[in-house]
Amino acid sequence: MSRLIVLLAGALFGAGITISGMANPAKVQNFLDISGNWDPSLALVMGAALMIATPGFFFVLKRQRPRFAEVFALPTKKDVDAKLVLGAVMFGAGWGLSGLCPAPALVALLTGAMPFLVFLLAMFGGMLVHRFVFER
Amino acid sequence: MVESTMFTPWEAIAGGCLIGSAAVLLMWSMGRIAGISGIVAGALTESGGERSWRLSFLAGLFFGAIVAAYFSGALVGVQSVASMPVLVAAGLLVGLGTRMGGGCTSGHGVCGISRFSLRSVVATMVFMASGGVTVFVIRHLLGEGV
Repeated sequence: MSRLIVLLAGALFGAGITISGMANPAKVQNFLDISGNWDPSLALVMGAALMIATPGFFFVLKRQRPRFAEVFALPTKKDVDAKLVLGAVMFGAGWGLSGLCPAPALVALLTGAMPFLVFLLAMFGGMLVHRFVFER
Repeated sequence: MVESTMFTPWEAIAGGCLIGSAAVLLMWSMGRIAGISGIVAGALTESGGERSWRLSFLAGLFFGAIVAAYFSGALVGVQSVASMPVLVAAGLLVGLGTRMGGGCTSGHGVCGISRFSLRSVVATMVFMASGGVTVFVIRHLLGEGV
């Protein structure tokens, strides 16, 4: 049962990315290009998601525990450190260069186009670099 | 070449509502943050139950995307905007950067901000600014063909 709910959550997420048009790198780059032909769509995607998630989390997190797990696994770090900022700078640069972030890149893979596979394999590589540099 | 795209407010709002609902459903059921960079990284490096729920979520993500693409046609004509060397560099930056920063557009931008996390607000402002500067440089300073 829990697996089905998780699958459903993933399906809603994947459908949302797809319908919103965010799997199109041109739309994402055009959102970031304020001085060009600006496409504000991404701001509405994020705004709508926040309108649902903000009250949703507020009520869900009042519960004793999740339906199918012992505890709510929330991030414990509270401080803004250099690693957070540097990581966000690097992510933003890669996002701007390609118009791709992790979820849209997975969805774009469904087009069958080789460039998206190349991006994802490099992304997996970057994640493994972090594991072997920072988590040992 | 710079491909211009139309502002699509209704599709954006509908998609955003689905993404927000997915995040709430995952928190309600498993108590987990729907951050895709973290879920992908965990699916690569964790084992056992920590890996399997992430694989279920990702399987669902592909399934939902396939169904939505079939009915909406949203993936028709979608292509990469970057050359292969740029994609490799961008992928490495996104992979390493999201792990160092502890999240991406979904984990920080949606799940973190909606919990009023200071780290997520800062990270989102920084990666938006960094992305904006990067696009400005490649489109308006270096010109086309990057």
